[in-house]
Amino acid sequence: MKASNALWKERLDGKMPDDLAREVEIFDNEVALRKHGKMDERLFAETRLRRGVYGQRYDNGQRHDGAKVQEMNYPSGTLTKGPMTMWDAPGMQRIKIPGGGLNAEQLDTLAELAEEYSDGIAHVTTRQDFQLHYIHIEDTPTIMRRLAAAKITTREACGNSVRNVTACPYAGVCPDEVFDVTPYSRALSKFLLGHPDCQSFGRKFKPAFSGCTQHACGLTSLHDIGFIAVTRNEGGVEKRGFDVYVGGGLGAVPYMAKRFDSFVPADEILPLTQAVARVFARLGEKKNRSRARIKFLVQDLGIEKFKELVLEERKTLTPDPRWTQLIKDAQQLVESPLREGGETGTDGSEPYRRWLKTNTRPQRQAGYVVVTIALPLGDITANQLRSLADIVRRFTKETVRTTVEQNFVIRWVSKKDLPKMYEALRAAHLADPGAGTIVDVVTCPGTDTCKLGISSSRGLAAELRKRLAERNFQSDEAVESLHVKISGCFNSCGQHHVGDLGFYGVSRKVAGYAVPHFQVVLGGEWEHNGGSYGLPVAAIPSKNIPKVVTRLTGRYVEGRNKGESFKDFVKRIGKVELKSLLDDLARPPAGDRSFFSDWGDPREYSLEDMGTGECAGEVVSSVEFDLGAAEREVFEAQLAFENGQIEQAGKTAYRAMLHGAKALVKINDPAIAEDADLIVSEFRKYYFDTQKFYDPFAGGKFAQYLFDAHQKSGNPYTSDSSRYLIDEAQLFIDAAHSCYNRLGATATV
Amino acid sequence: MDFQHVNVKFLVREPEGVDLEPLIPVFHRWIQGQVCEELLLDIADYRHVPEGPGIVLIGHQADYSVDNTNGRLGVRYNRKAPFDGTNQDRLKQAVCSALKACQRLEAEASLGGKIRSNGRDVEVFINDRLLAPNREDVRKAFDADFKALFDKLFRGGNYTMSYEMDSRRLLGVSAKASNSYSISELITNLSS
Repeated sequence: MKASNALWKERLDGKMPDDLAREVEIFDNEVALRKHGKMDERLFAETRLRRGVYGQRYDNGQRHDGAKVQEMNYPSGTLTKGPMTMWDAPGMQRIKIPGGGLNAEQLDTLAELAEEYSDGIAHVTTRQDFQLHYIHIEDTPTIMRRLAAAKITTREACGNSVRNVTACPYAGVCPDEVFDVTPYSRALSKFLLGHPDCQSFGRKFKPAFSGCTQHACGLTSLHDIGFIAVTRNEGGVEKRGFDVYVGGGLGAVPYMAKRFDSFVPADEILPLTQAVARVFARLGEKKNRSRARIKFLVQDLGIEKFKELVLEERKTLTPDPRWTQLIKDAQQLVESPLREGGETGTDGSEPYRRWLKTNTRPQRQAGYVVVTIALPLGDITANQLRSLADIVRRFTKETVRTTVEQNFVIRWVSKKDLPKMYEALRAAHLADPGAGTIVDVVTCPGTDTCKLGISSSRGLAAELRKRLAERNFQSDEAVESLHVKISGCFNSCGQHHVGDLGFYGVSRKVAGYAVPHFQVVLGGEWEHNGGSYGLPVAAIPSKNIPKVVTRLTGRYVEGRNKGESFKDFVKRIGKVELKSLLDDLARPPAGDRSFFSDWGDPREYSLEDMGTGECAGEVVSSVEFDLGAAEREVFEAQLAFENGQIEQAGKTAYRAMLHGAKALVKINDPAIAEDADLIVSEFRKYYFDTQKFYDPFAGGKFAQYLFDAHQKSGNPYTSDSSRYLIDEAQLFIDAAHSCYNRLGATATV
Repeated sequence: MDFQHVNVKFLVREPEGVDLEPLIPVFHRWIQGQVCEELLLDIADYRHVPEGPGIVLIGHQADYSVDNTNGRLGVRYNRKAPFDGTNQDRLKQAVCSALKACQRLEAEASLGGKIRSNGRDVEVFINDRLLAPNREDVRKAFDADFKALFDKLFRGGNYTMSYEMDSRRLLGVSAKASNSYSISELITNLSS
């Protein structure tokens, strides 16, 4: 699309690392081949994904414009860049930033790319990556070349590959860490990039590093493989190693990682990960994408068997000098300060003191602090990136990292420089206070740009951020420190499972209208590397979510015990009471049409069912009643689970799924008997085989949850299987609501 | 020397009181009606970003936005697809598209005339660092092109020109006319 693409290729020849240059050249040729119809669209889709070139919403060439579905008549006509993905449709470029580490030149490069190829914004993701949106496919090789010249790669940023290796952004300077995990994360990232053993996964594979067990920064619990720094004494010598976890992951049904080994020597982690990758590649599911993450393999085999297979595999590996050399190389890259450390007072303006309190934290090294830049919704402009580059050059040796909270941290800031740095950041509009507090809302792209988005997570996040900032929780630290995490759908890119207040997008039908909703997820824990996952309590219309936040935080302020965390408060008060607190918010107010559109998007959320009347005088179909009942049963299952009644929880969750399936089957067979086999077989006939229950993107995944639960219904439930089933039941019922929405008003019985 | 990807921004009057939210349904209607020459695709809302792109109407060949970069609120046209012709043709095309967008916005009843060009401040950027690096020699080379454009736009009248001097930023020039012109006058001037 850019006139200068060919010129950039000449200009940057010889200025990129050879391996990256070769990679981009291959991709550039593939773009040309596909453009001329000489490469299969599926193959091209996978190859572009492996270079971080992702699809974006409406890239099938259709968009509901608020009145009708509009065909986008792109100049390249029907040419595609993947199945149902139009060539000219804007896409997203994900950019890998291992451990979030950047230098000033790289910030400048990102600024240029955001300005020239995107819409002027670079977006920091929940895995320390960057994303540029609204990118034309033909510009992507040039973007990659310019990144490569700055020693950044997009290779394996998407697709069934090893994704960005994330690491605690405070590694090396955190007072609480066991040791600096930076060299190990860098070494692993380098080792796995393009590794032949990592090219045939059924799904993606995400590694993470943490320097401690107690903080959230590494989020190792929710990763495919997680490393937590530990040491042990061997013959009077302190030896470094890692507490290694595998099989964690969020997604629709979150899995807590299982401990693989409480101590793996540090120089053993690369070969161990290679062995894990080989087992995953060999035994992991390939055909059914919804069961292809390593968490399912670990669950199916059991951690002991999985470990046994990995250790066997480890023995077969041919020794590779890079296992240790890459770590040694990375250890040479030691950060140091630019300026002499010192002290500073807390005097200054109120905004400065507020910023000092929430956006700085002491380093392990006396006289220095880490400064956090809280980005609204993870967004930063090109001009701000350049200003940030200037600031890190001026005050540090360019020691800046992205975080999983979609922020930046500047490390090695002398305390003496804080007033000046604050002024420099303020001039660039980068000194918003409230980093890591309730106003620092984390969100995935949601319906703004993501093909999978159901509700507007960014629209909601922007609204919450504005309202929470106005409420000013400074006087109540317990509320101020809460974490709000929002995902636009069940796939959890906003990490809603580990927020104190988590939300994920669902849709519900109200009086014949599709209404954007969010499931309210409570009980998650951000600390302890994402120590526990919350469960959905209720689906609430999007426009009522700010009231949900107000009520829940208000109840917490009123009712908490001294020092009680929100998670513990939720547990003590119980979800029955908290749910009842929200009951009246679960339906839109009669006659308020604003509920039929989403935050920041005035289009009717769906027009499929328009013309069936206003909210007042609602007619609730029996399907809606039955789905509502099924949802209540899921909640009961959750309560049973929390009371330790594992068997009952599993049975109730299964019964809820049957109830949801029956609700739909009754449309076709109103007299369907209360017979589980019959309900499941009729559901299969009417909804699975016909693909009516298929999610536009997840396919038959949610129906499969029912079939699996039915097949295993005679077996005893374990704590894990019961917990997973509760999540699956909720997702099945969410999918039943969506299916019913799609069926339209004629389905009302 | 040739350039492409011209950006033009007409600054709005009384920017302090402008609320960008009402612009969102307006841009949605533009997509519904496909009212511009370019294929209009989507809307990006960056109201939460200070001195950011504001509200962007994403198109295939070009984006339109009410943009607040550098704290200067204006109606912006960002040409993404290459455009045939001379540099002067490209400048005129981008300015004309930006002016038409200004005209449409001024006519939008729902905006209550709040997004209205001040008729004297215009910024032009070349959004391609390779074709138009922001260097002294390049600024000199393109100076005649820019002057020719502004002479036409402001009827050869009094205006001042100033270049963006930060070499890391896009090559850009701002012109400020001593008189204020209506959008229709500017369009007439451009096509005369």
